[in-house]
Amino acid sequence: MSASLPRTTKRVAVLAITMSTALVAAGCTSNDPVTTPAASTQQAGGNAASDNDAPGDKVVIGFSGPAADHGWLGAINSAAQAEAKKFSDVELKVAEGTNDASLQISQIETFINDKVDAIVLLPTDGAALTEVATKAMNAGIPVINVDREFSSPFAARATILGDNYGMGVSAGTYACKVVKDKNLTNPVITEIAGIDALPLTQDRSKGFADALKACDQTVDNRVAAEFTVESGNRQAANLLQAATKIDILWNHDDDQGVGVMAALDQAGRHEMAFIGGAGSANAMRWIQEGKMAATVLYPPTQAADGIKLARLIAQDKGISDLVQVEVPRRIVLNAPVVTKENVAEYLPLGFES
Amino acid sequence: MSADVTKAEHTPGEPVAGVAEGAPATPSAAHAGGPPVGGVAAARQGGLAGFLSSPAGRSAGLVIALVLLVVVGIVTAGDRFASPDNALTILRLGATIGVVSVGMTFVISGGGIDLSVGAIVALSSVWATTVATQTMAANYHWVVMVFAAVAVGAACGLVNGVLVAYGRIAPFIVTLAMLAAARGLAELIAKRRTQIVRERGFIDFFGGSVLGIPVLVIMFAVVAAIGWVLLNRTTFGRRTLAIGGNPEAARLAGIRVQRQTMYLYILLGIACGIAAVMIMARTTTGTSTHGQLYELDAIAAVVIGGTLLSGGRGTVVGTVLGVLIFTTLSNVFTLNNLDTSTQAVAKGAIIVAAVLLQQRVSRTRST
Repeated sequence: MSASLPRTTKRVAVLAITMSTALVAAGCTSNDPVTTPAASTQQAGGNAASDNDAPGDKVVIGFSGPAADHGWLGAINSAAQAEAKKFSDVELKVAEGTNDASLQISQIETFINDKVDAIVLLPTDGAALTEVATKAMNAGIPVINVDREFSSPFAARATILGDNYGMGVSAGTYACKVVKDKNLTNPVITEIAGIDALPLTQDRSKGFADALKACDQTVDNRVAAEFTVESGNRQAANLLQAATKIDILWNHDDDQGVGVMAALDQAGRHEMAFIGGAGSANAMRWIQEGKMAATVLYPPTQAADGIKLARLIAQDKGISDLVQVEVPRRIVLNAPVVTKENVAEYLPLGFES
Repeated sequence: MSADVTKAEHTPGEPVAGVAEGAPATPSAAHAGGPPVGGVAAARQGGLAGFLSSPAGRSAGLVIALVLLVVVGIVTAGDRFASPDNALTILRLGATIGVVSVGMTFVISGGGIDLSVGAIVALSSVWATTVATQTMAANYHWVVMVFAAVAVGAACGLVNGVLVAYGRIAPFIVTLAMLAAARGLAELIAKRRTQIVRERGFIDFFGGSVLGIPVLVIMFAVVAAIGWVLLNRTTFGRRTLAIGGNPEAARLAGIRVQRQTMYLYILLGIACGIAAVMIMARTTTGTSTHGQLYELDAIAAVVIGGTLLSGGRGTVVGTVLGVLIFTTLSNVFTLNNLDTSTQAVAKGAIIVAAVLLQQRVSRTRST
């Protein structure tokens, strides 16, 4: 054996080198041709009703968010950066996206030491970042809390949130409308949730159930996926077996919706009104094609709005369409329903997942 | 890979496998699913314990568990469960993880472990769906995508294998590193986007059926059959069990332990590449989030199937039954509208029960 070892090793080495060269060569030509930044589809800024958008005092804004590990968060980050670029008086400092709360805390501490004028923070975990945000506020730096809420009202000057409960309500209300329009007597209503352990999933499901109550309906079958394409596909395939005829299907998340749609296609089951969630570009295209009835928006522009609010707060301006002279403390975004009728209007907001 | 089987080594695996199992082996006496050794134990001991420790007996236990699950399904969900359509759904859902598990059977039988299978599936699926690959596929044939997925899988397996066999690093560490690196590379290449498969030919072929049986299920069956033959009827299989049971004895018997170890990881890498093709067909996408927790699902299926986690004994039939039990369990739970948390508890209970049973069996055998 030992005599043959060098020969084998050499052979292995040659093989390894050949293969890795081939892999590197292929890797270089990966994805670049079609990558269009999601931000390029954003609406142009400068739509304020006053001179708020006119250049003012130079402000430095620190931005920190979670790692963009799915389409929606990717869109959040790129929209925020694109928004900052529209203002000549804004200098944006972007911290590397991370899912590690302690790393994010140290990023905020760096912002405090740098004496930035405002911080826009989408925390990996609202509770874990509350203390450092309070520290920033105490240092006189206004913090704009995006999407995942802090556990203390003293930690943020302004909070801008998507409405998870409202998403469920919008989906449920739309479902009720379908039931009424189609005159369904005993409709089968099903739900594919996201990760069940997350409060946002529970909020969405509660909103859906509450809205369905209004038209005396309940969810007949419910499964939970994991926000991934594969889990959506797996759960949907089983769900289709559980309910041989479905009238309404609400899927919480359009990222996992790609897998759900593949399962519907494979089973040839398109009898139901398929409602999505979040509002990806894929979902909006399906709505245009008639493969999906509607999707409920969870705006990926929250952080971009956060940047705008941070600028206004740092420059002591208010929101010009409100009578109040200061920026409000809390803004909860609406979760509108996108259907075939209004999809053209919302398509620019759709994010590529 | 099969070329080396013909080398003049006089099938050295047989006596060494005997060393591994503590009993002299008679080749090919086994029933479906087991290495030759267990059959001897059954003949020697007789009785229930002896039967349970035979390959057929171990598989019988799993078959009973599966039948029980099916009965529960029929009682609670009736026709919705007991329809050919649902049976095919279960098989199609189990096919992807099944292919990975068959490959995992070899690595674990050979005394190793691979935690990177899910990440390799993700990387293969991403590589096979990049614009570059899909453009090439559009210009030539969608087979390019299949080739890309399998080649990437094999390359990852090669890296794992070389590091474990020649770098002498513990497989747990090597594959843990691969788990992190491969998924990271997949995210970099895909830029964390979901890449849609645009080749209709690819989707139509792998998403289709032959004589009413989905192509994915046929692929699973073929992989399982090849795996069974390879493990039970070839020198390659006997060498695998030999190096898993007692690498030193295997070396003394003239087996090139390092080379064999490397082959096992490459084999599993290829299985991951095939699984990536299947997942691309099922979801019509390639993404870095594919194959999450596959390592745990595959190891669980292999272990409840009866393959020894310490190596030296492996059963492909047991692995297939393990996969089917888990997939059927999810299906029955969903049909009854039970949540995923309850399902996870049941899954954990089944794993513990299976390992307890396996321990009892190995105790009765060693007395």
